[in-house]
Amino acid sequence: SSELLTLTYGALVSQMLRDFENVDDVNKQLERVGYNMGMRLIEDYLSRTNSLRCHDMKDTADKIQQAFRMYLNIQPTITNWATTGDEFSLIFETNPLAEFVELPSDIGNLRYSAILCGCIRGALEMVQLEVQSWFAQDHLKGDGNTEIRVKFIRRLEDAIPAGED
Amino acid sequence: MVIYGVYIVSKSGGLIFNLDHNVPKVENEKSFSYPLDLKLEFDSKKVIVVFGQRDGITVGHVLSGINGVNVNGVTLEDGRDAKEVIENRENYPLNLRFHRPKMTTNEKIVLASTFYPLFAIASQLSPEPKSSGIEMLETETFKLNCFQTLTGVKFILISEPSQMGMEILLRKIYELYADFVLKNPFYSLEMPIRCELFDTNLQALLEQVEKN
Repeated sequence: SSELLTLTYGALVSQMLRDFENVDDVNKQLERVGYNMGMRLIEDYLSRTNSLRCHDMKDTADKIQQAFRMYLNIQPTITNWATTGDEFSLIFETNPLAEFVELPSDIGNLRYSAILCGCIRGALEMVQLEVQSWFAQDHLKGDGNTEIRVKFIRRLEDAIPAGED
Repeated sequence: MVIYGVYIVSKSGGLIFNLDHNVPKVENEKSFSYPLDLKLEFDSKKVIVVFGQRDGITVGHVLSGINGVNVNGVTLEDGRDAKEVIENRENYPLNLRFHRPKMTTNEKIVLASTFYPLFAIASQLSPEPKSSGIEMLETETFKLNCFQTLTGVKFILISEPSQMGMEILLRKIYELYADFVLKNPFYSLEMPIRCELFDTNLQALLEQVEKN
């Protein structure tokens, strides 16, 4: 069951809030924890799925969607493509990390699930894609949906392993 | 089914893991009388047979013992110099033990970092654009299979030349790596792998493959 994950994550966030006192620092730390997780998680994803390298953002989006299905058992919808094709949104109907959470008003700018954004960034960086990802909407903050925006920055050409470029 | 070794090279080209598996130990002991009918070469680190191959002792073998006393490089365990002992007529007859030289960890690291540019050159030499690097390298006595992940980590497997299905085995090793190395919170990326769980699981996988 995913409840153990949900509760553990909740404990992590509340512990961080106690340790840092400053909500911005917590946001930053959560993003960093996610980034480090993503760097490791990508190998697990690749070894289980036999994925090939992505050559456009559509491909990447599909794979991120698949990864969410694999690891969190949710299927985000991919929409809101930018006309340039380098930016898209993941819409979540449910967010397993925030299932039992109500955000107190004094920490309104906490990005509770920032770990997910970090994870996406870290994982893609290991396959030589630099992206930016952030929460555009968050259910916890009263928005209708939970939405993560992912924007392509560049391909990390020097980091591409030989025999791959 | 014989697998000789597994190597993992990080994306920056450093050897982060190596495992010698099932390399047969070749050791020969024989009694010699004066004058010695083997030509030995004494370099600074070891005593090597350079000519005069017989009784299983072949060119390239390294001296590992004199009269039952182990030889470390060029000195005996009791402190005497191997060269002096062998050249002194009064010591004969002598029991000399030779074995196939083992690669030291340093030599393995050098080889791993030599393979790295070879892999890159192969992909550049290719007449077709977008070629992969070396995936298989075959010789008379072994076969080397290399699998590079999308993140740039190389998994290298040395096996018997007739061995089939090494690509599948490499993928399985990758899975073990993803599970037992990267999910170990105390492992830092790009560093040598010292994870006991990985070792045991890899060993079990290799044994299982060798049985079939």
